Amino acid sequence: MKIDPNVRYSESHEWARQADDLIIIGISDYAQSTLSDIVYIELPEVGDEIAKGEQFGVVESVKAAADVYAPMSGEVVAINEALEDQPELVNEDAFGEGWLLKIQPSDPGEWESLLDAEAYKKVVEAEEAH
Amino acid sequence: MVYLPHTDEERRQMLEAIGVESLEALFADIPPAYRYPELGLPEPLSEAEILQELTELSQANLNASLVPTFLGAGAYRHWSPSVIDYLISRGEFATAYTPYQPEVSQGTLQAIFEYQSMICDLTGMEVANASHYDGATATAEAVIQAINVFRLKRKKIVLSPTLHPQYREVVRTYTQGMGLDIVGDDDPQRSLEALIALVDADTACVIVQSPNFLGEIEPLAGLADRIHAQDPRTLLAVVTNPLSLGLFTPPGDYGADIVLGEGQPLGLGLNFGGPYLGFYATREKYLRQLAGRLVGETVDVDGKRGFTLTLSTREQHIRREKATSNICTNQGLMALAATIYLAALGKQGLRKIAELNYHKAHYAAQQINVLEGYEVLTTKPFFNEFMVACPASVEEINDFLLDDYDIEIIGGYDLGRNFPGWENRMLIAVTEMNSREEIDDFIEALEEFAAIHQAGGGDHHD
Repeated sequence: MKIDPNVRYSESHEWARQADDLIIIGISDYAQSTLSDIVYIELPEVGDEIAKGEQFGVVESVKAAADVYAPMSGEVVAINEALEDQPELVNEDAFGEGWLLKIQPSDPGEWESLLDAEAYKKVVEAEEAH
Repeated sequence: MVYLPHTDEERRQMLEAIGVESLEALFADIPPAYRYPELGLPEPLSEAEILQELTELSQANLNASLVPTFLGAGAYRHWSPSVIDYLISRGEFATAYTPYQPEVSQGTLQAIFEYQSMICDLTGMEVANASHYDGATATAEAVIQAINVFRLKRKKIVLSPTLHPQYREVVRTYTQGMGLDIVGDDDPQRSLEALIALVDADTACVIVQSPNFLGEIEPLAGLADRIHAQDPRTLLAVVTNPLSLGLFTPPGDYGADIVLGEGQPLGLGLNFGGPYLGFYATREKYLRQLAGRLVGETVDVDGKRGFTLTLSTREQHIRREKATSNICTNQGLMALAATIYLAALGKQGLRKIAELNYHKAHYAAQQINVLEGYEVLTTKPFFNEFMVACPASVEEINDFLLDDYDIEIIGGYDLGRNFPGWENRMLIAVTEMNSREEIDDFIEALEEFAAIHQAGGGDHHD
């Protein structure tokens, strides 16, 4: 399982990456491996506002459907349209090709409240211990 | 397996496990008046006695298969080939419950798959689900699908005033608390034009019925385009009579996004009001927002064709409160009956039955229209039902037909029950079951009523 050191995480297993003044959002490699084969991803529309901690989409696998929550607040400026036909990109490359959306953050300071790789690793280890 | 309920000992153990002293203590939160209400049931009877009593009760009913009936309004007397009851009575089909286990349910699953395929064919749509309870609940599911397509952002639903009154009521019941703005059906005279004018950027869907509640065929050609001229994304749902599709172009061909309706005309009995069958079909792009069970075709480990439930991640046992619907089963046995009906008739047979309905209804309408005191008000094309202005209230006429005429006849539907001021308007349904003789008897009876009524009225209640 990979934990990308260059992104920050939420406890609900989403990641956020700074790209200039935008934030790219996805789900972690741990999240995709727990869900197994992903078959469908429901995303918001460009222009929608998402709020930190609130559900913005659904990732559906062959065995479950999981809600995904916004690690930061902002306006959606792009969604990963490739996922419509290739949702498996999230399984194959959760931190890269499998990104979900890009937002223009409304409160860039929220970045500081997210977990770094070290702290996220502990969250995953604690969950796996259960 | 033991089919007995819990023993006293088991109850004691369960109460002990949760730390409650007695059953009464478990129900302490229920107000005492509702806890053990007086049921007022009579003393138990022997099997012979209860059979006697039920037989007597049933004889108080007028049996629609024994007297001429012209009552429709959503449920119709049609011919049900005996192969239907024979096949659905087989033990293998005895449970209609969801076939979760494909390894032991191939028969049921294949039947549902065939049903879905036939509904798609009939409606001109791409995907159909395994059915809903009835036409009314299927209509409500269309509203829920539409608002899910717009992720709850659009709140306005436009209902045609000629959508079945009970369907309109069920839509409101199903969606209460969802904060929807349901408009369009408050004025029974509202034209299709005026209805379309209500569509705006907040409208999730428009629901029209054709043949509508008054029997008329709505001009569906171009309707989707006219709605989309108001707002390009608003969905069009069409409620239809499946039997009419033996004769008329399926709504799917006119660009409908959802086609649904009451499946009872497909060989199901009147059954005292149910069980019926809600059929439901939509476009493939709305698959994720489609409610209910779906059966798909697949291959097993040996590569042989097989059937299984599919896309169940949309459903409540996985999605919980985020599920697109609370429907957790389907009308399996009724869907099976409809499938057998369609298979037994085939395309030619369905067309023939539809033609019989059409021609018999038009014959009846023609004959009634020339009667003194009666006027057929249906001006649009119709299928097997039409509206007639009568010389007196429908209630009075129906009493005459049942009690005072030479033979017992069940008259048409009293539209005054749904539309204030329409007490003299009768909705008359004529199906393939009404022989020429029955129709002529009915017309004679109506004529006689009008004559008596004109001569002073009232004295026919002798």
